[in-house]
Amino acid sequence: MADLSVNIGNLKLSNPVMTASGTFGYGKEFEDFVDLEKIGGIIVKGTTLHRREGNPYPRMAETPMGMLNAVGLQNKGVDYFISEIYPQIKDIRTNMIVNVSGSAIEDYVQTAEKINALDAIPAIELNISCPNVKQGGMAFGVTAKGASEVVKAVREVYKKTLIVKLSPNVTDITEIARAVEGAGADSVSLINTLLGMAIDAEKRRPILSTITGGMSGAAVKPIALRMVWQVSKAVKIPVIGLGGIMNWKDAVEFLLAGASAIQIGTANFIDPAITVKVSEGINDYLDRHGFTSVKDIIGGLIV
Amino acid sequence: MKKYILDLVVSQNTRLHANYVLIKMTHANPLPEMVPGQFAEIRIDGSNTTFLRRPISINFVDKEANEVWFLVQLVGDGTRKLATVKEGDVVNVVLPLGNGYTLPQDLTSVKPLLVGGGVGTAPMLMLGSTLAKMGCKPTFLLGARSSKDLLQLDEFQKLGDVYMTTEDGSMGEKGYVTQHSVLNDQKFDVIYTCGPKPMMMAVAKYAKANDIECEVSLENTMACGVGACLCCVENTEEGHVCVCKDGPVFNIKKLLWQI
Repeated sequence: MADLSVNIGNLKLSNPVMTASGTFGYGKEFEDFVDLEKIGGIIVKGTTLHRREGNPYPRMAETPMGMLNAVGLQNKGVDYFISEIYPQIKDIRTNMIVNVSGSAIEDYVQTAEKINALDAIPAIELNISCPNVKQGGMAFGVTAKGASEVVKAVREVYKKTLIVKLSPNVTDITEIARAVEGAGADSVSLINTLLGMAIDAEKRRPILSTITGGMSGAAVKPIALRMVWQVSKAVKIPVIGLGGIMNWKDAVEFLLAGASAIQIGTANFIDPAITVKVSEGINDYLDRHGFTSVKDIIGGLIV
Repeated sequence: MKKYILDLVVSQNTRLHANYVLIKMTHANPLPEMVPGQFAEIRIDGSNTTFLRRPISINFVDKEANEVWFLVQLVGDGTRKLATVKEGDVVNVVLPLGNGYTLPQDLTSVKPLLVGGGVGTAPMLMLGSTLAKMGCKPTFLLGARSSKDLLQLDEFQKLGDVYMTTEDGSMGEKGYVTQHSVLNDQKFDVIYTCGPKPMMMAVAKYAKANDIECEVSLENTMACGVGACLCCVENTEEGHVCVCKDGPVFNIKKLLWQI
């Protein structure tokens, strides 16, 4: 049994497997399938200052080895989260992390401030990369200046581990990553979904109500892997890798590319018990290759 | 109800006309408790165009044989691939998902009508069987394009009275379910329905106009099946809710349908 623990800033994970926001609900939805406490960290559904109804149906299109979504940050707002959801999840003994989104800097700041007061939430993931909201997070995430401004503002009020989720829909993701690092982020997670589109040829109409949406699933893995590799060389803060991880082997590839931890997203829909299988698979890999700690393979790509 | 991920074994796969299969699956251990109207998310292996599981309603549970039945219409690559499973094949299934139909409290005085359209007749078999076992004789009104789309009639006839409509008049009365004479001839206290949305809307309109309780089963495009991804939402009086978790069965009073 290898040592699977990793650190992301001050955050200690028992193993490098986390769940991606928006794919695992608040964790409770999966408790029949997996022991939640065996997951390194659970990043819950994107939370905004005010309640959001999200985009109209249809919000999903299946694509070859992947899917598009256009949920649009549907959630009941941070106050509802604090009063109704938090009491249900605060005693789950793993890192429960809240994904925070907004459409103005002040929204991010107020939401982060409220969550800072919650003892059982050791970190937030700042979503500056949601492709499905008008004037949404992605507006901040696509320029170094915008990303830096929002992270700086949140850093002033948020005292615990601050992870910033990056958009792949940019010319140079390393530039954004460096800007976010400079603004005080403890870690970056990448990639959020890739902007895509699906058309129903028979009806000559788009499948999604929003026409375009965010693509995820196995098909995006090579792009995610490349970006994780580039960003991990560009910044000193730990990188959390995600995008198309379907099994332990994919996870190991991200660790080798430089990720200190990984997130599983869309794969939860295909196998609701995948998270624990991935951490077991990483352990078996380490044992087989004679590594005593997962830290020994982070960035261990031989080139 | 507790949800399970199970490797079920195909015990029988029967082709019903050209476009439908009835797949029966079993397990070494007793199958979990399931109620009428719930569904399963079935993993499709070996189809490179099918990435997500397919939500399929539970057609029937045969407790004696420890079998769960799925009635599958061949629609796209996923269901076509699923239709090729053979006896002895292992299929990975997540079940039971969602909420079922609300069973009536006072069974002696209740006269339920079960309306199914096309492959939407699937959950009506388990619902009808459950009602019959409770001592409440169900009436079935089944509609389809033509006689070859009316499925499992012998099973329905064992449980209660069966009325049919087909759009081409090849079986039963010609037309849509809402045009069937049984709706004028008899009075029902509750209507349960599953089928194409325009049909369910017409049934809901009839129920509302006649002040009859009515539950519909929705089939919005779904990914996770457990209320995590928020893709399959329906607009209700409470805002967007997940069909997979808060449904698939809804009382029509909760929906914002313009009927």
